[in-house]
Amino acid sequence: MSLIQTEIPQTRAMARQSRRQFSHAAQTVWTRRLLVFGALVIWEFWARLAGNSELIAPPTSIARALFSDILSDAAIRSAIMLTLFEVVSAYALAVVVGLALGLAIGSTSLSRRSLFPIILLLYAIPQVILLPLFTLGFGIGPAAKIAFGFSHGVFPILVNVVAGMRNVNPLLLRAARSMGARPSDIIRNVTFPHMVASFFTGLRLAMTMTLLGVILAELYVSTAGVGYFTRLFAETFDPAPLFALIGTLAIMAIGLNEIVRKIERRFTRWKD
Amino acid sequence: MKETSQLPARAIQFAFLASLMGAWFVIGRTGAVSPLFVPPMEAVWRAFIGLVQTDQFWSAVATTLRTIGEAYGIAVAVGILTGYLVTRSRFLTQVLEPMVSGFFAIPITLFFPLFILLFGIGPASKVAYGAAYGLFPIALNTIAGLAGVNRHYLNAARSMGLSSFGTFRHVLFPAAFPVILMGLRIGFFICFASVLGGETISSVSGVGRNIALAAELMEPARMYAWIVVVIASALMLNTLVSGIENRMRGH
Repeated sequence: MSLIQTEIPQTRAMARQSRRQFSHAAQTVWTRRLLVFGALVIWEFWARLAGNSELIAPPTSIARALFSDILSDAAIRSAIMLTLFEVVSAYALAVVVGLALGLAIGSTSLSRRSLFPIILLLYAIPQVILLPLFTLGFGIGPAAKIAFGFSHGVFPILVNVVAGMRNVNPLLLRAARSMGARPSDIIRNVTFPHMVASFFTGLRLAMTMTLLGVILAELYVSTAGVGYFTRLFAETFDPAPLFALIGTLAIMAIGLNEIVRKIERRFTRWKD
Repeated sequence: MKETSQLPARAIQFAFLASLMGAWFVIGRTGAVSPLFVPPMEAVWRAFIGLVQTDQFWSAVATTLRTIGEAYGIAVAVGILTGYLVTRSRFLTQVLEPMVSGFFAIPITLFFPLFILLFGIGPASKVAYGAAYGLFPIALNTIAGLAGVNRHYLNAARSMGLSSFGTFRHVLFPAAFPVILMGLRIGFFICFASVLGGETISSVSGVGRNIALAAELMEPARMYAWIVVVIASALMLNTLVSGIENRMRGH
């Protein structure tokens, strides 16, 4: 009896607290939605009443242009799909090469101390200045864009793999060694599990960078693909399809980032 | 861990760079790779000497430096102000911080055609683009820094009667400074790279435009000379900025 009596107020208090927490979270979310909605309304009215129609389009026209100009046009659709293909291929290449090189460089102290500073030096170069060189070497087709996206994506993975391997607690390594583990055992059972968190940080950064590289190359080549259409719409002062095309690519970028983030959360959960 | 000599590592680094240079020299001599893609070293050196003697070189460098300066100035001012305003209340921070960081997840490069549309093809669009890219890390780090300041410091400052400006000047800013400084550094290099990128993609003047122009005119030696100039200045800036940062951190 006494047990029940003490328990009831507790659950009530907990329920009240959880309700308060819920209402607080809901308040945050609804304020956020209201802000976005308000911004869209202001944009709509400002673009219709005060904005220059050659430069800015209201959100409703952009939504209409998305269906009438972007998604219904086979050439634009295939340009968008090609961009997606380029990002995915460049990213896959960056992950495979970055992981392999990172494991090789991080495996011994000598190779790390000698080669890692060179990698960091290369990472510090603003790679965008090499963009004309990439189109000179690979042409204006998908190869140049994949190569440029790869060159952006490979460094974050490489750097994070090497850094992750370095951050393994030396006590664990010494313990493994004293218990007679072979170097291959140590890499598989000690270094690798500890590198994973850092590796996934690298995976997330690499997706951001690969997107940057591919989009830069797409915009640079203005005779084909997405770059051609953005230039066409900008030069004919047709902002609605331009905003719609950019919005579509932005949603694609957000989707790819979210996928990588989900994978990261899934695989680094064990650490908490 | 036992102390290991730096000598073997340095020797490997030196050998790596030397073999890279050697490979470039041999390729230039034998023409194993098309000189359009990898021009001989002497040709690049000659192009570099010719380049620094032209007015075009110095005016391009001046344009780019001015663009970077203006873009970074705007990014710092708007970024820190945004960070300050967003952290005025805890509720505001909770609402806005995920919005700012969520928007930063979109590659801002996508919006580059809009900058061209709105600000024209001249330096103004590059200033706006560089500022827009650079202000995000600055704003996000300012938010993280200011929101992370221990509440007890603020309560103590208030109970001792410090004005709100005095609190910002003597408590909030110094406590958040290391995190803000990191944002300022990241923001600077993002600004630097995006101004050069904007100039390369679509522009009429500046260093990036000259690199793209040399490629379009099939003058690889000149293009390499420009690339060497940019890489050298990027590495110098990196050393300079980390030097400044270490000094400010030690302060």
